[in-house]
Amino acid sequence: MSFGDQTLELARVDLALERRLGESFRIIAPFALVALAMFPMALGLRITLVSEIGTAVFWALGILFGMQVALRRSSTDDRERRDLHALLGVDPAARFAGRVLAGSLLTTAFLVVLFVAMVLLYGPRLPLAAAPAIALSIVMVAVGLSELGTLAGEIAWGLRDRTALASLIVAPLAIPLLVAGSQTFEAIAAGAGILPWVLLMLTTDLALAVAGVAMARPLEEATR
Amino acid sequence: MALLCSLRQVGVSLGGKTILRDIDFDLHPRQVIGIAGPNGSGKTTLVRTLATLVRIDRGQGTVLGADLGTDQVYEVRSEVGLMGHRPAVIPELTITENLEHVCRLAALELSRARSALGVVGLEDAARTRAGAASHGMLRRLEVARLLLTRPRLLLLDEATHGLDSSAQELIDALIARTVAGGGAAVMVSHDAERLSTSCDAVMGLAVGRLVAGA
Repeated sequence: MSFGDQTLELARVDLALERRLGESFRIIAPFALVALAMFPMALGLRITLVSEIGTAVFWALGILFGMQVALRRSSTDDRERRDLHALLGVDPAARFAGRVLAGSLLTTAFLVVLFVAMVLLYGPRLPLAAAPAIALSIVMVAVGLSELGTLAGEIAWGLRDRTALASLIVAPLAIPLLVAGSQTFEAIAAGAGILPWVLLMLTTDLALAVAGVAMARPLEEATR
Repeated sequence: MALLCSLRQVGVSLGGKTILRDIDFDLHPRQVIGIAGPNGSGKTTLVRTLATLVRIDRGQGTVLGADLGTDQVYEVRSEVGLMGHRPAVIPELTITENLEHVCRLAALELSRARSALGVVGLEDAARTRAGAASHGMLRRLEVARLLLTRPRLLLLDEATHGLDSSAQELIDALIARTVAGGGAAVMVSHDAERLSTSCDAVMGLAVGRLVAGA
């Protein structure tokens, strides 16, 4: 079976499990939406201020909760399943790619839901014509978060407190994504160019993809 | 005939603790070897070493021609079939879905999953989620998986424990088919009597050391 076929099959199963369990959307998304709704209340419903901080709050919450979406599946992986995949000849890099693919789709969907809620609650100054640029930044951040979550999950695999440790690994490494995502929205609102920030997201995504694929095999062996 | 597995003075440590010491072990084609030993003697680690899933710290070994500790093991892993202590299934998927997942990853036709379920008597439970299936059903599911993937090296770690006689017969048939095809099997159990009836030779494992005779 080719690398691509293995990747697609592993992503398909991860998405099937999410469809069945709904962990990301039944557990994580409601918390994120509640947090999003609490900020305007804490600010005393000062409309101008709420509108100004809307995108920053979106990215802060999007990164924090998106991280949990990305980490969720890695945390449920058990030794038997890893052994099964190894003995079926699954390339560890395909396992990484499959998990990133599924995680990217889930995280993108999560960020889209959060973004729509943010627009409704905060009324940010984002022109409709910028929708493609907004969509691009959401997808690129989702891919980066998913790569980070998968990589951190692999590094922490086998440890008792792996979920907590993986979160601590992801948080500082997600800063370039947070900065690039929020600055993209700032630039859109100000009518400025977004290219530098898109390049930062692209560089981060590519670096994580290369690291994930290159480290997949040594990490899998090291955590046995 | 070339050995399917060969370990020489192999030692394995996990988490800083020595589990296997000075293991010498040969497995010839068409041979069924039993390994008996009490809990904690290192049986599972030995099976996982033969499955190329554990790194060796000392000595050297080959499995299906691949040197342990090298990337060669990636080339032979798909020819190793492991039935471990705990069933290797995805609990949230149904029994059929689990087997179809195996078929897709092993590049086999999906229709073969249905026929394999028939062979192991799981047609009626096909839509049961693996997480809700009994231990016996999951073992049958694993037999179905190994019937599909046709490993050359079959490793059974307490595979018959807690099974009824018909499920045990399925495992015996799986071993017989593997051996008939030129492969070999290693059965691990703390039940030496069961091993003596199914194996060509039985070895004992005590405190990480392998000794001839159980």
